[in-house]
Amino acid sequence: MGELKLMKGNEAIAEAAIRAGVDAYFGYPITPQSEVIEYLMVEKPYETTGMVVLQAESEIAAINMVYGAAASGKKAMTSSSSPGISLKQEGISYMAGAELPCLIANVVRGGPGLGTIQPSQADYFQATKGGGHGDYHMIVLAPASVQEMADFVSKGFDLAFKYRTPVMILSDGLIGQMMEKVILSEHTPRWTDEEIIKLSPWATTGKPASRERNIITSLDLDPYRQEEHNIHLQKKYKEIREKEVEYEEIMCEDAEYLFVAYGSSSRIAQKAIKLGREKGIKAGLLRPITLYPFPSEAIRRLSQQVKGILSLEMSAGQMIEDIRLSVDCEMKVEHFGRMGGVIHSPAEALQALEEKIIGG
Amino acid sequence: MTEEIIIAGFGGQGVLSMGKILAYSGIMQEQEVSWMPSYGPEMRGGTANVTVILSDERISSPILTEYDTAIILNQQSLDKFEKAVKPGGLLIYDGNGISHHPERKDIRIYRVDAADEAGKLGLAKIFNMIVLGGYLKVNPVVELDNVIKGLKKSLPQRYHHMIPDNEKAIMRGMEIIYPVKGS
Repeated sequence: MGELKLMKGNEAIAEAAIRAGVDAYFGYPITPQSEVIEYLMVEKPYETTGMVVLQAESEIAAINMVYGAAASGKKAMTSSSSPGISLKQEGISYMAGAELPCLIANVVRGGPGLGTIQPSQADYFQATKGGGHGDYHMIVLAPASVQEMADFVSKGFDLAFKYRTPVMILSDGLIGQMMEKVILSEHTPRWTDEEIIKLSPWATTGKPASRERNIITSLDLDPYRQEEHNIHLQKKYKEIREKEVEYEEIMCEDAEYLFVAYGSSSRIAQKAIKLGREKGIKAGLLRPITLYPFPSEAIRRLSQQVKGILSLEMSAGQMIEDIRLSVDCEMKVEHFGRMGGVIHSPAEALQALEEKIIGG
Repeated sequence: MTEEIIIAGFGGQGVLSMGKILAYSGIMQEQEVSWMPSYGPEMRGGTANVTVILSDERISSPILTEYDTAIILNQQSLDKFEKAVKPGGLLIYDGNGISHHPERKDIRIYRVDAADEAGKLGLAKIFNMIVLGGYLKVNPVVELDNVIKGLKKSLPQRYHHMIPDNEKAIMRGMEIIYPVKGS
């Protein structure tokens, strides 16, 4: 078993990055995720594993540094919070187009605009539907605990390199700021130059006489070739949808009503379910672990068992659109969520279930 | 066992670190723990609070609206959280600077005058440990041995020479806490 520590979610991301053999972190501070870069600057992994930690001049510079490092086959990552993630969208779209693996952590805060520094889940659309321009998707992982903040770093890089695509960890200020027990994995050494050439033959590692030049670009002015490239990307996203869906079912066996909630809202939903069951309300929880790909099949299956579904998100209702697309009957699907940095309480969540689904 | 606690006071009183030591003590006792601080504008205005949950089970929501125990270190926090204690629950407060004392009759109320005591002992820095000692006397959710182990885990090595003083402060808190009559 690995080392047991009490850590903030943000610190867990940073420590997990060092242990996962990440080559480079490029970032720019913003509340509520600044502990990621603060932790790395204190731990100084550049003196131990050789991992680069750099505070860029802006979020835009940071994501483009990730592009450069990823193009040479390195494990590179960045993190930010909502307004900073908006700034990174151009770079993310370019990386999706150029098929570059990387990890981006968004510790979401309330918006729109500069908004507030308090937790929110209102970046769901941005994360799962594109965010930047063009027909692309990222794989989006939604941690619900400090342990998952740590675990999803190496998991994210595995998926990023498997599919040559950007992966996002979508958390929020609550998971980022809270401390919980975390069991840290053993150290994985950084890849050697030889391993990178073997694992990522597409990377710009220096051209030997034995192969053609590797070119990393998202630009191809020939529309027919660009269309071919788009078809290839869509094939990749289809494969991701078929193979990489992950979710957790909690107390669904006998559930008559279903919460669908991810990340911190899934924690609040679990307490609401407990409070409900004390009153004889049999509710369960479907927690998407991957938001893209979305667990549509699991929701469709559960929709045949329950009488109604409540989507619980700290937003005006974004994931509910994917839930409604997953359910093909006349099922009652409603949304509840506080906005702008306000966290809904378990009691509010239960009340919403009673009013909008059971009594509605 | 699940104990849901709010600790609230001024920034600089050691509210967050008291919560952290409690959480580490819970880990030493093989409990599940969560520690969720306020980090918003309220904190920048001078008040700080932290929700700590200790449990034998997996912890669901780290955010709560009612608590088994409220540990209160200033008037604003008393005004805000007295009503958030569950019926039958526990409220512990330091009387220093309090003009409107708690009034509820359906909860157990204890007073620990830790600020005054810390001044007398010349241990102002570990005022929060006197409060923690008082709490652990009334509700021994974690054993003292595990608190000392928790202190060792949560304090940086350079402060380990202060552990005996912390222990002394905890013991003193256990001695000076008293129930408020009529609650």
